[in-house]
Amino acid sequence: MSWGLEGPVSTHVPVLRIGDVLLVTLQGELHDKAAEQLQQDIGEAVAGSSAGAVVIDVSGVEIVDSFLGRVFAEIAANAKLLAAATVVAGMRPAVAITLVELGLTLPGLRTALDVQEALRMLAPPSSPLSPGQGRQENA
Amino acid sequence: MTDQSTANRGTSTRIISDFLQRRREQIAQRWADEALFRTVFTVSRDEAAEAAGSLVEALASVALSGRIEDLRAPGFTGVREQLTRMAGSRARGGAAPSQIADEVAALRPSITDLLITDLAGSDGEASGPHVITLTVLMGTLRLFVMETALSAGEEIIDRQRVQLLEVATPVIKLWSGIVAVPLIGTLDSARSQVVMESLLEAIVDQQAKFAILDITGVPTVDSLVAQHLMKTVAAARLMGAECIVSGIRPAIAQTIVHLGIDLGSVITRASLADALAYALHQEGAVIVDRATGAGGPR
Repeated sequence: MSWGLEGPVSTHVPVLRIGDVLLVTLQGELHDKAAEQLQQDIGEAVAGSSAGAVVIDVSGVEIVDSFLGRVFAEIAANAKLLAAATVVAGMRPAVAITLVELGLTLPGLRTALDVQEALRMLAPPSSPLSPGQGRQENA
Repeated sequence: MTDQSTANRGTSTRIISDFLQRRREQIAQRWADEALFRTVFTVSRDEAAEAAGSLVEALASVALSGRIEDLRAPGFTGVREQLTRMAGSRARGGAAPSQIADEVAALRPSITDLLITDLAGSDGEASGPHVITLTVLMGTLRLFVMETALSAGEEIIDRQRVQLLEVATPVIKLWSGIVAVPLIGTLDSARSQVVMESLLEAIVDQQAKFAILDITGVPTVDSLVAQHLMKTVAAARLMGAECIVSGIRPAIAQTIVHLGIDLGSVITRASLADALAYALHQEGAVIVDRATGAGGPR
Protein backbone atom coordinates (compact mmCIF):
# COMPACT_ATOMS: atom_id res chain seq x y z
CA MET A 1 0.00 0.00 0.00
CA SER A 2 1.41 3.38 -0.89
CA TRP A 3 1.34 6.20 1.62
CA GLY A 4 1.44 9.23 -0.59
CA LEU A 5 1.52 10.57 -4.08
CA GLU A 6 4.56 9.26 -5.91
CA GLY A 7 5.07 12.48 -7.83
CA PRO A 8 3.34 15.52 -9.15
CA VAL A 9 2.06 13.65 -12.20
CA SER A 10 0.90 10.60 -10.30
CA THR A 11 -2.72 9.69 -10.73
CA HIS A 12 -2.73 7.39 -7.76
CA VAL A 13 -4.67 8.15 -4.59
CA PRO A 14 -3.89 6.01 -1.52
CA VAL A 15 -6.70 3.90 -0.09
CA LEU A 16 -5.99 3.06 3.56
CA ARG A 17 -7.74 0.32 5.47
CA ILE A 18 -8.56 0.92 9.14
CA GLY A 19 -10.40 -2.04 10.56
CA ASP A 20 -13.66 -2.33 8.69
CA VAL A 21 -13.32 1.10 7.13
CA LEU A 22 -11.53 2.21 3.98
CA LEU A 23 -10.09 5.72 4.32
CA VAL A 24 -9.38 7.73 1.20
CA THR A 25 -7.73 11.10 1.63
CA LEU A 26 -7.90 13.45 -1.33
CA GLN A 27 -5.34 16.25 -1.48
CA GLY A 28 -5.14 19.36 -3.60
CA GLU A 29 -6.30 19.42 -7.17
CA LEU A 30 -7.72 16.19 -8.40
CA HIS A 31 -7.45 15.72 -12.14
CA ASP A 32 -10.10 13.96 -14.12
CA LYS A 33 -7.85 10.98 -14.71
CA ALA A 34 -7.00 10.65 -11.01
CA ALA A 35 -10.69 10.86 -10.14
CA GLU A 36 -11.53 8.06 -12.55
CA GLN A 37 -8.65 5.99 -11.22
CA LEU A 38 -9.88 6.60 -7.66
CA GLN A 39 -13.36 5.47 -8.55
CA GLN A 40 -11.95 2.19 -9.88
CA ASP A 41 -9.56 1.72 -6.94
CA ILE A 42 -12.30 2.15 -4.37
CA GLY A 43 -14.62 -0.21 -6.20
CA GLU A 44 -11.91 -2.87 -6.30
CA ALA A 45 -10.85 -2.30 -2.70
CA VAL A 46 -14.40 -2.61 -1.42
CA ALA A 47 -15.04 -5.74 -3.45
CA GLY A 48 -11.67 -7.30 -2.55
CA SER A 49 -11.71 -6.61 1.17
CA SER A 50 -15.41 -6.74 1.91
CA ALA A 51 -15.02 -3.50 3.85
CA GLY A 52 -18.19 -2.26 5.47
CA ALA A 53 -17.66 1.44 4.93
CA VAL A 54 -15.73 4.00 2.88
CA VAL A 55 -14.71 7.38 4.27
CA ILE A 56 -13.61 9.93 1.70
CA ASP A 57 -11.75 12.81 3.35
CA VAL A 58 -12.05 15.83 1.06
CA SER A 59 -10.79 18.46 3.51
CA GLY A 60 -7.73 19.01 1.32
CA VAL A 61 -9.77 19.73 -1.80
CA GLU A 62 -10.25 23.45 -2.41
CA ILE A 63 -11.76 23.36 -5.88
CA VAL A 64 -14.22 21.03 -7.57
CA ASP A 65 -15.80 20.99 -10.98
CA SER A 66 -18.93 19.28 -12.19
CA PHE A 67 -16.95 16.20 -13.19
CA LEU A 68 -15.49 15.66 -9.73
CA GLY A 69 -18.90 16.26 -8.18
CA ARG A 70 -20.36 13.54 -10.38
CA VAL A 71 -17.49 11.22 -9.46
CA PHE A 72 -18.31 11.70 -5.76
CA ALA A 73 -21.91 10.75 -6.43
CA GLU A 74 -20.89 7.73 -8.51
CA ILE A 75 -18.42 6.48 -5.90
CA ALA A 76 -21.18 6.61 -3.31
CA ALA A 77 -23.61 4.79 -5.60
CA ASN A 78 -20.99 2.14 -6.47
CA ALA A 79 -20.12 1.54 -2.83
CA LYS A 80 -23.80 1.23 -1.99
CA LEU A 81 -24.19 -1.48 -4.61
CA LEU A 82 -21.31 -3.30 -2.96
CA ALA A 83 -23.07 -2.97 0.41
CA ALA A 84 -20.63 -0.46 1.92
CA ALA A 85 -21.70 2.84 3.46
CA THR A 86 -19.93 5.89 2.08
CA VAL A 87 -19.29 9.01 4.13
CA VAL A 88 -17.76 12.19 2.67
CA ALA A 89 -15.92 14.04 5.42
CA GLY A 90 -14.63 17.58 5.86
CA MET A 91 -15.93 19.30 2.75
CA ARG A 92 -14.82 22.95 2.47
CA PRO A 93 -17.50 25.67 2.29
CA ALA A 94 -16.40 26.79 -1.18
CA VAL A 95 -16.63 23.23 -2.47
CA ALA A 96 -20.08 22.74 -0.91
CA ILE A 97 -21.33 25.98 -2.47
CA THR A 98 -19.96 25.01 -5.87
CA LEU A 99 -21.60 21.59 -5.78
CA VAL A 100 -24.94 23.09 -4.73
CA GLU A 101 -24.75 25.73 -7.46
CA LEU A 102 -24.05 22.94 -9.94
CA GLY A 103 -27.17 21.18 -8.69
CA LEU A 104 -25.19 18.24 -7.31
CA THR A 105 -26.69 18.01 -3.84
CA LEU A 106 -25.77 14.31 -3.62
CA PRO A 107 -28.97 13.32 -1.80
CA GLY A 108 -28.01 9.73 -1.05
CA LEU A 109 -24.58 10.59 0.31
CA ARG A 110 -23.80 10.70 4.03
CA THR A 111 -21.59 13.51 5.19
CA ALA A 112 -19.56 14.36 8.29
CA LEU A 113 -17.68 17.38 9.58
CA ASP A 114 -14.35 15.54 9.74
CA VAL A 115 -12.86 12.05 9.62
CA GLN A 116 -13.26 11.52 13.36
CA GLU A 117 -16.94 12.36 13.12
CA ALA A 118 -17.30 10.03 10.15
CA LEU A 119 -15.68 7.12 12.00
CA ARG A 120 -17.86 7.75 15.05
CA MET A 121 -20.88 7.78 12.77
CA LEU A 122 -19.94 4.41 11.27
CA ALA A 123 -19.05 2.76 14.56
CA PRO A 124 -21.80 0.65 16.12
CA PRO A 125 -23.17 2.63 19.08
CA SER A 126 -22.56 -0.14 21.61
CA SER A 127 -18.96 -0.86 20.61
CA PRO A 128 -16.59 -0.20 23.52
CA LEU A 129 -13.64 0.42 21.23
CA SER A 130 -14.93 2.56 18.43
CA PRO A 131 -12.50 3.61 15.67
CA GLY A 132 -13.38 7.17 16.62
CA GLN A 133 -11.03 6.86 19.58
CA GLY A 134 -8.14 6.67 17.14
CA ARG A 135 -7.05 3.23 18.26
CA GLN A 136 -7.78 -0.13 16.72
CA GLU A 137 -6.68 -3.26 18.48
CA ASN A 138 -6.07 -6.42 16.54
CA ALA A 139 -6.18 -9.48 18.70
CA MET B 1 -6.09 85.14 -33.79
CA THR B 2 -5.91 82.57 -31.05
CA ASP B 3 -3.72 84.83 -28.98
CA GLN B 4 -6.17 87.65 -29.40
CA SER B 5 -9.19 85.58 -28.39
CA THR B 6 -7.28 84.35 -25.37
CA ALA B 7 -6.43 87.92 -24.51
CA ASN B 8 -10.05 88.97 -25.00
CA ARG B 9 -11.15 86.21 -22.76
CA GLY B 10 -8.59 87.23 -20.17
CA THR B 11 -9.96 90.75 -20.22
CA SER B 12 -13.46 89.41 -20.02
CA THR B 13 -12.81 87.23 -16.96
CA ARG B 14 -11.11 90.20 -15.27
CA ILE B 15 -14.12 92.37 -15.98
CA ILE B 16 -16.45 89.68 -14.61
CA SER B 17 -14.30 89.25 -11.52
CA ASP B 18 -14.27 92.99 -11.00
CA PHE B 19 -18.02 93.17 -11.51
CA LEU B 20 -18.67 90.34 -9.00
CA GLN B 21 -16.54 91.95 -6.34
CA ARG B 22 -18.06 95.40 -6.84
CA ARG B 23 -21.64 94.18 -6.83
CA ARG B 24 -21.15 91.50 -4.18
CA GLU B 25 -23.77 92.86 -1.76
CA GLN B 26 -26.34 93.52 -4.44
CA ILE B 27 -26.01 90.03 -5.94
CA ALA B 28 -26.04 88.42 -2.51
CA GLN B 29 -29.29 90.21 -1.65
CA ARG B 30 -30.89 89.08 -4.90
CA TRP B 31 -29.70 85.49 -4.52
CA ALA B 32 -30.88 85.28 -0.94
CA ASP B 33 -34.44 85.43 -2.32
CA GLU B 34 -33.85 82.61 -4.77
CA ALA B 35 -35.20 79.13 -4.02
CA LEU B 36 -31.77 77.56 -3.46
CA PHE B 37 -30.84 79.85 -0.56
CA ARG B 38 -34.36 80.44 0.71
CA THR B 39 -35.06 76.74 1.26
CA VAL B 40 -31.73 75.99 2.94
CA PHE B 41 -31.50 79.03 5.22
CA THR B 42 -35.09 79.08 6.39
CA VAL B 43 -34.40 80.78 9.70
CA SER B 44 -32.44 83.91 8.87
CA ARG B 45 -32.36 85.90 5.66
CA ASP B 46 -29.11 87.55 6.71
CA GLU B 47 -27.46 84.17 6.91
CA ALA B 48 -28.66 83.38 3.39
CA ALA B 49 -27.28 86.70 2.15
CA GLU B 50 -23.96 85.99 3.84
CA ALA B 51 -23.75 82.53 2.26
CA ALA B 52 -24.62 83.99 -1.12
CA GLY B 53 -21.96 86.69 -0.61
CA SER B 54 -19.22 84.14 0.06
CA LEU B 55 -20.34 82.22 -3.03
CA VAL B 56 -20.07 85.40 -5.11
CA GLU B 57 -16.57 85.98 -3.71
CA ALA B 58 -15.56 82.44 -4.65
CA LEU B 59 -16.88 82.98 -8.17
CA ALA B 60 -14.95 86.25 -8.39
CA SER B 61 -11.71 84.53 -7.44
CA VAL B 62 -12.34 81.75 -9.96
CA ALA B 63 -12.98 84.38 -12.65
CA LEU B 64 -9.82 86.20 -11.63
CA SER B 65 -7.76 83.03 -12.02
CA GLY B 66 -9.21 82.71 -15.54
CA ARG B 67 -10.11 79.06 -15.10
CA ILE B 68 -13.85 79.55 -15.53
CA GLU B 69 -14.44 76.05 -16.94
CA ASP B 70 -12.30 74.26 -14.40
CA LEU B 71 -14.13 72.40 -11.60
CA ARG B 72 -10.81 72.01 -9.77
CA ALA B 73 -10.16 75.77 -9.72
CA PRO B 74 -8.76 76.80 -6.31
CA GLY B 75 -11.55 79.34 -5.89
CA PHE B 76 -14.15 76.59 -5.58
CA THR B 77 -12.43 74.67 -2.79
CA GLY B 78 -13.23 77.44 -0.31
CA VAL B 79 -16.96 77.11 -0.82
CA ARG B 80 -16.97 73.34 -1.31
CA GLU B 81 -17.95 72.68 2.30
CA GLN B 82 -20.71 75.23 2.22
CA LEU B 83 -22.07 73.91 -1.08
CA THR B 84 -21.87 70.34 0.17
CA ARG B 85 -23.88 71.37 3.21
CA MET B 86 -26.46 73.17 1.08
CA ALA B 87 -26.76 70.40 -1.51
CA GLY B 88 -26.90 67.80 1.25
CA SER B 89 -29.64 69.67 3.06
CA ARG B 90 -31.65 69.97 -0.16
CA ALA B 91 -31.11 66.28 -0.95
CA ARG B 92 -32.21 65.27 2.55
CA GLY B 93 -35.28 67.44 2.05
CA GLY B 94 -36.20 65.19 -0.84
CA ALA B 95 -35.04 67.32 -3.76
CA ALA B 96 -33.94 65.38 -6.84
CA PRO B 97 -30.49 66.23 -8.27
CA SER B 98 -32.13 67.74 -11.34
CA GLN B 99 -34.22 70.01 -9.10
CA ILE B 100 -31.09 71.22 -7.30
CA ALA B 101 -29.47 71.87 -10.68
CA ASP B 102 -32.52 73.89 -11.78
CA GLU B 103 -32.31 75.95 -8.61
CA VAL B 104 -28.67 76.74 -9.31
CA ALA B 105 -29.60 77.66 -12.88
CA ALA B 106 -32.25 80.01 -11.48
CA LEU B 107 -29.47 82.12 -9.95
CA ARG B 108 -28.28 83.13 -13.42
CA PRO B 109 -30.98 85.49 -14.78
CA SER B 110 -30.73 87.97 -11.88
CA ILE B 111 -26.95 88.21 -12.07
CA THR B 112 -26.99 88.49 -15.90
CA ASP B 113 -29.53 91.34 -15.77
CA LEU B 114 -27.35 93.11 -13.27
CA LEU B 115 -24.27 92.66 -15.46
CA ILE B 116 -26.03 94.06 -18.54
CA THR B 117 -27.25 97.16 -16.73
CA ASP B 118 -23.85 97.55 -15.10
CA LEU B 119 -21.98 97.40 -18.41
CA ALA B 120 -24.50 99.63 -20.20
CA GLY B 121 -23.95 102.26 -17.54
CA SER B 122 -20.15 102.22 -17.50
CA ASP B 123 -19.10 102.18 -21.14
CA GLY B 124 -20.48 101.57 -24.62
CA GLU B 125 -18.60 98.35 -25.21
CA ALA B 126 -20.61 95.31 -26.44
CA SER B 127 -21.69 93.30 -23.41
CA GLY B 128 -22.18 90.01 -25.36
CA PRO B 129 -18.76 88.37 -24.69
CA HIS B 130 -18.91 89.25 -20.99
CA VAL B 131 -22.39 87.78 -20.63
CA ILE B 132 -21.12 84.58 -22.27
CA THR B 133 -18.17 84.46 -19.87
CA LEU B 134 -20.52 84.87 -16.92
CA THR B 135 -22.84 82.20 -18.32
CA VAL B 136 -19.92 79.77 -18.66
CA LEU B 137 -18.90 80.53 -15.07
CA MET B 138 -22.44 79.93 -13.82
CA GLY B 139 -22.58 76.68 -15.81
CA THR B 140 -19.41 75.54 -14.09
CA LEU B 141 -20.94 76.40 -10.72
CA ARG B 142 -24.01 74.37 -11.61
CA LEU B 143 -21.83 71.38 -12.52
CA PHE B 144 -19.87 71.81 -9.30
CA VAL B 145 -23.00 71.81 -7.17
CA MET B 146 -24.30 68.74 -9.00
CA GLU B 147 -21.03 66.94 -8.39
CA THR B 148 -20.97 67.74 -4.69
CA ALA B 149 -24.64 66.77 -4.33
CA LEU B 150 -24.11 63.43 -6.04
CA SER B 151 -20.90 62.59 -4.21
CA ALA B 152 -22.54 63.43 -0.88
CA GLY B 153 -25.37 61.03 -1.76
CA GLU B 154 -22.94 58.34 -2.87
CA GLU B 155 -21.00 58.60 0.38
CA ILE B 156 -24.18 58.00 2.36
CA ILE B 157 -25.17 55.06 0.18
CA ASP B 158 -21.71 53.45 0.44
CA ARG B 159 -21.63 53.82 4.19
CA GLN B 160 -25.10 52.37 4.55
CA ARG B 161 -24.33 49.45 2.25
CA VAL B 162 -21.33 48.49 4.37
CA GLN B 163 -23.35 48.93 7.58
CA LEU B 164 -26.15 46.78 6.19
CA LEU B 165 -23.80 43.94 5.28
CA GLU B 166 -22.18 44.17 8.71
CA VAL B 167 -25.43 43.97 10.66
CA ALA B 168 -27.03 41.56 8.27
CA THR B 169 -25.11 38.40 8.95
CA PRO B 170 -24.16 37.63 12.52
CA VAL B 171 -23.51 33.95 13.08
CA ILE B 172 -24.22 33.15 16.72
CA LYS B 173 -22.89 30.19 18.62
CA LEU B 174 -25.81 28.94 20.74
CA TRP B 175 -24.17 25.85 22.20
CA SER B 176 -21.06 23.89 21.51
CA GLY B 177 -21.68 22.47 18.05
CA ILE B 178 -24.79 24.56 17.40
CA VAL B 179 -24.72 27.83 15.43
CA ALA B 180 -27.59 30.07 14.37
CA VAL B 181 -28.13 32.89 11.85
CA PRO B 182 -31.09 35.16 12.58
CA LEU B 183 -32.02 36.58 9.19
CA ILE B 184 -33.54 40.06 9.24
CA GLY B 185 -34.98 42.04 6.36
CA THR B 186 -35.36 41.34 2.69
CA LEU B 187 -32.90 38.95 1.15
CA ASP B 188 -31.37 39.65 -2.23
CA SER B 189 -28.89 37.46 -4.04
CA ALA B 190 -25.81 39.34 -2.75
CA ARG B 191 -26.96 39.11 0.87
CA SER B 192 -27.99 35.50 0.43
CA GLN B 193 -24.50 34.72 -0.77
CA VAL B 194 -22.91 36.45 2.24
CA VAL B 195 -25.26 34.63 4.62
CA MET B 196 -24.48 31.29 3.06
CA GLU B 197 -20.72 31.85 3.09
CA SER B 198 -20.54 33.11 6.66
CA LEU B 199 -22.75 30.27 7.92
CA LEU B 200 -20.61 27.64 6.20
CA GLU B 201 -17.41 29.27 7.49
CA ALA B 202 -18.88 29.21 11.00
CA ILE B 203 -19.71 25.52 10.63
CA VAL B 204 -16.03 24.82 9.92
CA ASP B 205 -14.70 27.17 12.63
CA GLN B 206 -17.02 25.98 15.40
CA GLN B 207 -17.13 22.35 14.28
CA ALA B 208 -20.88 22.76 14.37
CA LYS B 209 -23.08 19.75 13.74
CA PHE B 210 -26.22 21.88 13.71
CA ALA B 211 -26.94 25.14 11.93
CA ILE B 212 -30.18 27.01 12.56
CA LEU B 213 -31.53 29.47 9.98
CA ASP B 214 -34.04 31.67 11.75
CA ILE B 215 -36.26 33.60 9.32
CA THR B 216 -38.50 35.31 11.87
CA GLY B 217 -37.28 38.71 10.64
CA VAL B 218 -37.79 38.02 6.94
CA PRO B 219 -40.97 39.82 5.88
CA THR B 220 -41.68 37.89 2.69
CA VAL B 221 -40.45 34.73 1.10
CA ASP B 222 -40.47 34.46 -2.65
CA SER B 223 -39.18 31.66 -4.82
CA LEU B 224 -35.70 33.21 -4.86
CA VAL B 225 -35.40 33.29 -1.07
CA ALA B 226 -36.82 29.79 -0.79
CA GLN B 227 -34.32 28.58 -3.37
CA HIS B 228 -31.54 30.23 -1.40
CA LEU B 229 -32.69 28.51 1.80
CA MET B 230 -32.69 25.16 0.03
CA LYS B 231 -29.19 25.82 -1.30
CA THR B 232 -27.84 26.76 2.13
CA VAL B 233 -29.41 23.69 3.69
CA ALA B 234 -27.96 21.45 0.96
CA ALA B 235 -24.48 23.00 1.26
CA ALA B 236 -24.49 22.64 5.05
CA ARG B 237 -25.54 19.02 4.66
CA LEU B 238 -22.68 18.37 2.21
CA MET B 239 -20.28 19.64 4.85
CA GLY B 240 -21.69 17.24 7.40
CA ALA B 241 -23.88 19.61 9.40
CA GLU B 242 -27.63 19.44 9.81
CA CYS B 243 -29.58 22.59 8.94
CA ILE B 244 -32.81 23.57 10.68
CA VAL B 245 -35.08 26.35 9.41
CA SER B 246 -37.07 28.06 12.14
CA GLY B 247 -39.46 30.98 12.51
CA ILE B 248 -41.59 30.41 9.41
CA ARG B 249 -44.67 32.55 9.98
CA PRO B 250 -48.14 31.34 8.94
CA ALA B 251 -48.36 33.77 6.01
CA ILE B 252 -44.96 32.67 4.76
CA ALA B 253 -45.84 29.00 5.17
CA GLN B 254 -48.91 29.67 3.04
CA THR B 255 -46.82 31.45 0.40
CA ILE B 256 -44.37 28.57 0.25
CA VAL B 257 -47.19 26.08 -0.21
CA HIS B 258 -48.78 28.31 -2.88
CA LEU B 259 -45.47 28.58 -4.73
CA GLY B 260 -45.29 24.81 -4.73
CA ILE B 261 -41.82 24.79 -3.18
CA ASP B 262 -40.95 21.45 -1.62
CA LEU B 263 -39.25 21.98 1.70
CA GLY B 264 -39.84 18.32 2.51
CA SER B 265 -36.17 17.49 2.93
CA VAL B 266 -35.61 20.43 5.28
CA ILE B 267 -36.11 20.17 9.03
CA THR B 268 -38.36 23.01 10.19
CA ARG B 269 -39.34 24.22 13.64
CA ALA B 270 -41.80 26.90 14.69
CA SER B 271 -39.36 29.02 16.69
CA LEU B 272 -35.65 29.39 17.37
CA ALA B 273 -36.24 27.87 20.83
CA ASP B 274 -37.83 24.78 19.31
CA ALA B 275 -34.98 24.45 16.84
CA LEU B 276 -32.42 24.70 19.65
CA ALA B 277 -34.34 22.12 21.68
CA TYR B 278 -34.33 19.78 18.69
CA ALA B 279 -30.59 20.24 18.13
CA LEU B 280 -29.79 19.68 21.82
CA HIS B 281 -31.95 16.57 21.83
CA GLN B 282 -30.11 15.21 18.78
CA GLU B 283 -26.79 15.97 20.47
CA GLY B 284 -27.93 13.99 23.49
CA ALA B 285 -28.03 17.00 25.81
CA VAL B 286 -30.98 17.22 28.18
CA ILE B 287 -32.21 20.32 30.00
CA VAL B 288 -33.67 19.31 33.36
CA ASP B 289 -35.99 21.35 35.52
CA ARG B 290 -34.28 21.47 38.92
CA ALA B 291 -37.54 21.61 40.89
CA THR B 292 -39.41 18.72 39.32
CA GLY B 293 -36.48 16.82 37.84
CA ALA B 294 -38.38 16.47 34.60
CA GLY B 295 -36.71 16.87 31.21
CA GLY B 296 -37.36 19.91 29.07
CA PRO B 297 -39.01 19.97 25.65
CA ARG B 298 -37.77 17.48 23.15
